[in-house]
Amino acid sequence: MTRVVMVTGVSRDAGARCARELAADPAIDTVIGVDVVPPRADLGGVRFVRADIRNPVIAKVIAGEGVDTVVHTGVVATPGSAGGRSSMKEINVIGTMQLLAACQKAPGVAKLVVKSSTTVYGAGPRDPAMFTEEMAPRAISQTGLSKDAVEVEGYVRGFARRRPDVIVTTLRMANWIGPQTNSPITRYFAMPLIPTVLGYDARLQFLHESDGVAVIRHATVHDIPGTFNVAGDGVLLLSQAIRRLGRPALPFPSFTAGTTGMLVRRARMADFSPDQISFLTYGRGVDTARMRDELGFEPSYTTASAFADFATSLRTGALTAASRLVTGGVRRAAETVRR
Amino acid sequence: MTDAQVIPIGSGGRPGRGTGRRTTPSAAARSLAGSGRTKRKPEPEPAVEAEQPRTDREEPAEQVAAAAESQFAALEKAIRDTFGDDAERKVAELLAFLRRRLTGRYEIDEFGFDAELTDQVLLPMLRPLAEKWFRVEVRGVENIPSDGGALIVANHSGTMPLDGLVTGLVVKDHTGRAMRTLGADLVFKTPFVGELARKGGATLASNDDAERLLGRGELVGVWPEGFKGIGKPFSERYKLQRFGRGGFVSAAMRTGVPIVPCSIVGAEEIYPLVGNVPSLARLLGVPYIPITPFFPLLGVLGLVPLPSKWLIEFGEPIRTDEFAAGAADDPMLVFNVTDQVRETIQQTLYALLMQRRSVFF
Repeated sequence: MTRVVMVTGVSRDAGARCARELAADPAIDTVIGVDVVPPRADLGGVRFVRADIRNPVIAKVIAGEGVDTVVHTGVVATPGSAGGRSSMKEINVIGTMQLLAACQKAPGVAKLVVKSSTTVYGAGPRDPAMFTEEMAPRAISQTGLSKDAVEVEGYVRGFARRRPDVIVTTLRMANWIGPQTNSPITRYFAMPLIPTVLGYDARLQFLHESDGVAVIRHATVHDIPGTFNVAGDGVLLLSQAIRRLGRPALPFPSFTAGTTGMLVRRARMADFSPDQISFLTYGRGVDTARMRDELGFEPSYTTASAFADFATSLRTGALTAASRLVTGGVRRAAETVRR
Repeated sequence: MTDAQVIPIGSGGRPGRGTGRRTTPSAAARSLAGSGRTKRKPEPEPAVEAEQPRTDREEPAEQVAAAAESQFAALEKAIRDTFGDDAERKVAELLAFLRRRLTGRYEIDEFGFDAELTDQVLLPMLRPLAEKWFRVEVRGVENIPSDGGALIVANHSGTMPLDGLVTGLVVKDHTGRAMRTLGADLVFKTPFVGELARKGGATLASNDDAERLLGRGELVGVWPEGFKGIGKPFSERYKLQRFGRGGFVSAAMRTGVPIVPCSIVGAEEIYPLVGNVPSLARLLGVPYIPITPFFPLLGVLGLVPLPSKWLIEFGEPIRTDEFAAGAADDPMLVFNVTDQVRETIQQTLYALLMQRRSVFF
């Protein structure tokens, strides 16, 4: 089977890495990368086509290139990088609609892989400890990525109903983390003084960036329809993660969290949307049994080791530096006493 | 935009155009900033300078050393006095514990249960309250399975959920197993309380979480009366309220684990609830605002629980693995088993009350 894979959103880092990885795979003949702006990174063997998925032109690309597999990584997580919240919504929701409409008309398309996110489950105090794929969200934010991801998945389900012959794989991924990832969550942990919500300790799960790319490749190469949670093993508490970074945490009472988030956003230090604040308050855990058993994918990093790998890319935290100074001083004093 | 613009990319390994955030400065910028680097070079010098005065001030340093040594010896003696013979090992353990806590090198499970914190900090804080203040007497611990999943079902009372905490402690001390509590969503909504509850092994009282815990072979504690039981007036003490919708029974049936009925006597008297302020409770979004003979009359002092004598009895386990498949979805059967558990606890409560000489002894 000749495979022509189209990857959307290749000018952003995640999309570019997925496209490169797919192009390197011998099972795939051609990889076409699509985005509105030319990619910054080298795409290797990927052929770049400048097209907007919000425009019906995308149908011509699919038909003209004989695309049989569409990998949709074009969902934007940060309003900042898309040029504002309304533009982000446009790219996410309208873009997915147009892309799926184009796929529906193209008889050659046999497979669709969608990079979704675990934000579809929301975050709140009434959440179960671990979400399985069937569970409905209890508390879903009305704004931000969470809402977009829910709508995108809704369109994907609609598409799967209308084109039952197409294999549709939806990957709900936990937050990507790693030395090369630039996302709201990595920028949050890179802050010298990390704001937290007083009296709450969120449970977090991470997916290492290399595992994120690997699972997209896995889903593209193998034909496994369904929706799968993808996350590294284990759970870290937010307080624990901050301690592992050796950075001081700055707790704010929950009613000031919105204002603090806005100030931090204005200062361009990190990008806090309301759904992110509720995520950092209550946290979220997803069950990955189906990823292992049905999808047959095993991430190489656990949540903790992915976080440790990410931590090596950051500068030493203030607390670690301070404790090194103190232990250094104590050691010197002990040497003086011994002399 | 009439047609897609096709750009063949054969950039030969070089990055493409675009608005990349470069991390390295351009050549022009580097040449401008070059002077900064040369200035930093003679850094090791101060270290050499610092070395010199030490040889000059030989005597004061020795005096300081002697003083420090005598102080250190005193400290050593004090530690040995407080910690006993193997003081060194204990101090080392304590320091290692603190180090692990401060650097985040400890493990939690997927529910947020922090076993180390619970065993080393939370339970030791609770132990004097249970042993010295309530003088808890435990019966029937042999009914708790030593391994595999089991569901402990108990009566709820006492305005504040101290019975849950004490039962967890008792189970840990008598069986060595951690009891995982199922809590109401209000617990997890409340700051600090929710955080500590999760670290102490609690999770949301829902069938999803209960079945997940039982399926992992954990010992799970549940108080099916919920707020109806804990917030009932003092006049209705030891009268069991409705046992929810029997969700705990269906969870046990689905996972095939035994149900261990647990009757707690004494918790009713710790904060005798004589009144309630429903309008204020509604305003604050809590189930009730307790008024006891001492709270809010005595303020903070009114928060001290009365030292009632506690009796905790674990009953014969009720097996659920003998029911046919799909029994968990049969409402009649679930209600029957729920009633059986409720009746057992109620009868045991009456029996225990007969045995108790007085509320406080």
